[in-house]
Amino acid sequence: MPSIAKPIAQHPSLKKNNLGLTVRDYEGTMSTLCAGCGHDSITAAIVRTFWELSTPPHMIAKMSGIGCSSKTPTYFVSGAHGFNSAHGRMPAIVTGANAANRELIYIGVSGDGDSLSIGLGHLSHAIRRNVRMVYVIENNGVYGLTKGQFSASADIGSKSKRGEANRMSPIDPVMLALSLGATFVARSFSGDKEQLVPILKAAFSHRGLALIDVVSPCVTFNDHVGSTKSYLYSRQHQYKATESDFVPPASEIVAHIGSANGHISEATSVTMHDGSVVKFRALPDGYDPTDRQKVFSYLQERQGKGEVPTGLLYLDESVSDVHELNNTPDSALTSIPFEKLCPGNAELQKMLEDFR
Amino acid sequence: MKPTNVHDPDYFHKVVDCQWACPTHTNVPEYIRMIAQGRYTDAYMLNRASNVFPAILGRTCDRPCEPACRRGRLEEGKPVAICRLKRVAADNKDDISELLPAIPKVKNGKRIACIGAGPSSLTVANDLMPLGYEVVMFEKNSKPGGLMRTNIPSFRLPEGVLDEEVGNILNMGVDIRYSSPVGSLKALVNDFDAVFVGSGAPRGKNLDLPGRFETDRIHLGIDWLESIAFEHVDTIGEKVLIIGVGNTAMDCCRSSLRMGGKDIKVMARRPRAYFKASPWELEDAEEEGVEILINHAPKRFVVENGKLKGMEFERLEWDAEAKKSTVIDTIFLPADDVILAIGQDNAFPWIERDLGIEFDKWDMPVVNKVTYESSRPGIFFGGDAAWGPKNIIWAVEHGHQAAISIHNHCQGIATSERLPVGMKLIPQKMGISEWSYHNDFNPSSRQKMTHVDLVNRFKQLNVEVEIGYSAEQTAREVQRCLNCDIETVFTAKRCIECDACIDICPVLCLTIARDGDEVDLRGRLSAPAANVEQSLYASEPLPQTKRLMLKDEDVCVHCGLCAERCPTAAWDMLKIDLSIPQVGTICLQPSNPEPVHA
Repeated sequence: MPSIAKPIAQHPSLKKNNLGLTVRDYEGTMSTLCAGCGHDSITAAIVRTFWELSTPPHMIAKMSGIGCSSKTPTYFVSGAHGFNSAHGRMPAIVTGANAANRELIYIGVSGDGDSLSIGLGHLSHAIRRNVRMVYVIENNGVYGLTKGQFSASADIGSKSKRGEANRMSPIDPVMLALSLGATFVARSFSGDKEQLVPILKAAFSHRGLALIDVVSPCVTFNDHVGSTKSYLYSRQHQYKATESDFVPPASEIVAHIGSANGHISEATSVTMHDGSVVKFRALPDGYDPTDRQKVFSYLQERQGKGEVPTGLLYLDESVSDVHELNNTPDSALTSIPFEKLCPGNAELQKMLEDFR
Repeated sequence: MKPTNVHDPDYFHKVVDCQWACPTHTNVPEYIRMIAQGRYTDAYMLNRASNVFPAILGRTCDRPCEPACRRGRLEEGKPVAICRLKRVAADNKDDISELLPAIPKVKNGKRIACIGAGPSSLTVANDLMPLGYEVVMFEKNSKPGGLMRTNIPSFRLPEGVLDEEVGNILNMGVDIRYSSPVGSLKALVNDFDAVFVGSGAPRGKNLDLPGRFETDRIHLGIDWLESIAFEHVDTIGEKVLIIGVGNTAMDCCRSSLRMGGKDIKVMARRPRAYFKASPWELEDAEEEGVEILINHAPKRFVVENGKLKGMEFERLEWDAEAKKSTVIDTIFLPADDVILAIGQDNAFPWIERDLGIEFDKWDMPVVNKVTYESSRPGIFFGGDAAWGPKNIIWAVEHGHQAAISIHNHCQGIATSERLPVGMKLIPQKMGISEWSYHNDFNPSSRQKMTHVDLVNRFKQLNVEVEIGYSAEQTAREVQRCLNCDIETVFTAKRCIECDACIDICPVLCLTIARDGDEVDLRGRLSAPAANVEQSLYASEPLPQTKRLMLKDEDVCVHCGLCAERCPTAAWDMLKIDLSIPQVGTICLQPSNPEPVHA
């Protein structure tokens, strides 16, 4: 824990976004994580993303479970709503919150322990339901809060701090999500904000659950030689499978098309539900980020070579989200008068009568 | 971009903007911390080591440190009140007589003449007396201090303060000879091993306009102030015009108010942005009701029957850069007295031109900028006498440098010989997230000096207007200092590029970026580094990606969070302790820029 809160002193050239807020206005309280934790870097990327998107802080709901990762919502956007739930239950809580108020912007921050062990079932069903949220897995391969035991994402052969190798096969959240029918699947690295921020921006425009697996080294228990989740290993094995730009709706598109990256082919652009566009540049030959099968086999092939492919890997804007599937009203249930939402016992009896 | 050479003491010295800007390189952050700890005497002595006159300068310094202060570049835009805090140290110190250097009873046999008893001569004596030199000081007036006594009114600098600090030097055993103007340098040179000319710039500039010599009510500013200091004058007419708008003009107008003047106007040729006076001196004068008129060029003195009636001025209109003017009209302003404060000149009628001292085309002695020696070996110049009017703090620095040269000259060493600046970097880490300095940023605004009210301050000439900081004001002001001497020092080979320092920095100083030239890099940092006066600290290529760690020094608040969030101590906070050589600096600290870890 730092000795002081972050000084209020600001750089004189600090810019303001469309809401008149500076990036400092999207910060939270001081992190109590270890110095150098990848999670803090992801927090900084989230702060930057919200600021660049000019998201009103009061429209954000920060959701989490238990673990180092799940502490981090405290460290960004102090002015947002939040719910720190039981271990692994974050996806269930978001599903409920989202059902009641679809107008909030949900970001769930979880870890490999929280999501791939105790909460795996909840994660799977949130993906199945396509709950509209950004689901960040801060993936470091260990249980940091309990002193560094292997988690379910630890690779076979990856060594613990004391030199012991992991022998159980890992759950790969990206492959898992693809197999469960996820509609937005990405992987990034905490040490690469240039990649992570555009992915986060695209994720907030996605009409369903956007899963981002972020390799986030545990500087205390998993940053040594022999670990496959260290800073050095991640840098050496990170393979940028795709590179993408996020172009928000409205006038900014013009500026982007006119930019030096004029060679972007329209064929690899995906238009999001809200009118924004994800432009893929530098895609490998034959890679189609909208073809689940091809992405699946591509990732299998690359990972078989020991690489960690990163980028916005799969994107499908055609699938309905939980509200469309359930035919709920357009506005938040919370804004519907109680009498209408709950018509009373008489109506219930009438309904039951129909089933007799 | 080449990795920054942090082995060069100048690099980290420059980060301490105040210390770098001070001609004598006073260790400002260190003495401010001492004041914060209540160590006033230590703070005073640390000041004295470099600037010799902390109590005097704490009231009168030109403060080159303050416009340089990093705090002034942050949002609020106001520097730390460094000068006021210097006075706090002086006001609260204990008896320092035991702390002054011992003066050897057995002299080294070398005799030095100092001409004039102003700040530069006194500094020479201060530096040479402890080494066993005999110093003889010739002063034309009956009291010492030079312009500090004659030109700075006692409502700004009380006589007692001046006497004490000047006395500290004279009491080292200086052979001071009052009322002894030097009429001939030739008569002096053979009796001494070296001569230091610190006679100031004693001749006020004249304004030779019609009517100038038809009355005795037109005064030269510095001469008039001197007459007040020696109590030769105690009145002035009710209507006074001051010509010129430098600091002497400010002293003249404020003195006029205390001598019976009622309607005081300061007449400036150019717009306010081009005034020479320090902003705070202008403020103080205007607070007292002095009127400052811009764009008025003196045309003639109006004298009728030998009696001054006033002056005619041309009203001017300037172009945007205030280079060219056109005359709008001519106006008359009545005056009982006119005081000319339009500058000073050096004058050396008492230096024979056949002594081997070369004079330039402006009839000024040619003085070496490093050694302060004239073209005749053994004769040195300093203070205003060297290159015209500057200020006290520069005079002190001249004195220090001249003393080194004089010592070299007397010991048969080349006068140009100078010891290098030494540097120590001292770790400040006391534990995890624990530093030996107060690293939190304090958002207090600059504390305002309280003044004696506008009735009581005029009751006597010598009522000091500035009351000084209260204990509460001091406590707030010391915490505004950013501790720029606690340097952020980077060791590239330890960095794992986790971005923690970049994410935590409140003022976006840090960036990890691909290599490029400096101009290119300045444009692609976390925040643009537009202030090219401030260095960009570039690391060696980082181990994992060969990118560079870059720090824009411009607005770093030295909070130490980069070092606290660094998991590998690649960033560390180290205090720079500079050794600025003076005469008598015998054992230099070794230059040790590699961080030392316990």
